[in-house]
Amino acid sequence: MAELVAVIASTHHPFYYRASTATGEDRPPFADEWVRKVLAFRETLTRARPDVLVMVGSDHFHQFWLDNMPQFLVGKAPFYDANWYNEEREFGLPRMLLTGQEDLSEHILREGIDAGFDLAFSNELRIDHSITCPIITLRPENDLPIVPIYTNIFAPPLPRPKRFVELGRTIRQLVESWPSDLRVAVIGTGHLSLELGGPRQFGPHGPDPEFDAKAVEWIANGDIEGCLAEVTLDSLHKPGNATHGFMDFMLMMGVAGEGEKADYVDTYDLFHTMEAYFTWYPRGGRP
Amino acid sequence: MSKYLLNKFLFTVDRDPELVERYREDPRGTVDWWESTQANLILNCHGGEASTWLRFEDAEREALASHDYVKLFEMGAHPFLTLTLFIAMFERDYEEPLGFQKEYARKLGHMSLPYPDIAT
Repeated sequence: MAELVAVIASTHHPFYYRASTATGEDRPPFADEWVRKVLAFRETLTRARPDVLVMVGSDHFHQFWLDNMPQFLVGKAPFYDANWYNEEREFGLPRMLLTGQEDLSEHILREGIDAGFDLAFSNELRIDHSITCPIITLRPENDLPIVPIYTNIFAPPLPRPKRFVELGRTIRQLVESWPSDLRVAVIGTGHLSLELGGPRQFGPHGPDPEFDAKAVEWIANGDIEGCLAEVTLDSLHKPGNATHGFMDFMLMMGVAGEGEKADYVDTYDLFHTMEAYFTWYPRGGRP
Repeated sequence: MSKYLLNKFLFTVDRDPELVERYREDPRGTVDWWESTQANLILNCHGGEASTWLRFEDAEREALASHDYVKLFEMGAHPFLTLTLFIAMFERDYEEPLGFQKEYARKLGHMSLPYPDIAT
């Protein structure tokens, strides 16, 4: 069976690419430290020597629209073009082409549906920055095949937090039951507190540093129970109107497992949001 | 209320570079054109299979035609769609980095929780 060699949860900050590649006067003062942190985080994936990446993210009204909105969707295609015109326009993100691991997509779809998740699928999926940001930060060579999994954290009605955790647990079981000798890393990205298009956006910090501190503790300690006891679809409005993206972190806690402390934890307090980086090595310790 | 149609306008304009410029330069004309020719198109379906029932309410049409993103927020338009499109149109007019985004936040400063419902 396949081996789950790393579980990684991260924020996806679309400004990283531009900040990290800017030079001279255009380079923001926070860029060097940000790059240093990202390089250290990248090493936690490199060290796990993955062959395949399962990438959990969320479409930001790019391919999926309110006339046909999936809650959870798995890509199954040989290739995925990536990044959209409005992401080039606003964030300067490059167009990318990723390779797909179709047999793992097929396995996740078949077994996931049988496990109680009526997963939608796409055979032609253009992915967006929720998945390309972690490729840029964690695997800029873009040399590994992926299985993209999209969640709806964006267009209500949304699945509840518990459902995200359950899907995470199921993804782990499906990866570990995949008849393959390949090494798989599961990487998911979301947000801590975040406000977009509201009065608390683009402040000097994330909109709710108190929530962020608590969230980092939940994730770092694998405290799924504590997190689920406090986090609801309603409660997530309070830290910021786009904080439902935190549910993708909860999904990743489900992949990592109840009570599993992260082997690597780092954060970076930036304007607008706090960056947060977590890595678990499922067999315990470092690979 | 047709939050869905407001969102559909923002979504379809935001993804089209020509429409972004057209909406910036001629908001009222763009909104009138869009409502009369585009609003009922089902995305991915040809024109012969368009919807027949979608139209803006007067206040919605006026909010779009006057670039009134505060009103759009109050009406429950999806804040991500509004923000993204308005950044595309107006960020260029501000010298300071994030100048437009910060002004946008200030103009919404009177809003408190719970924000208007964005469910469609």
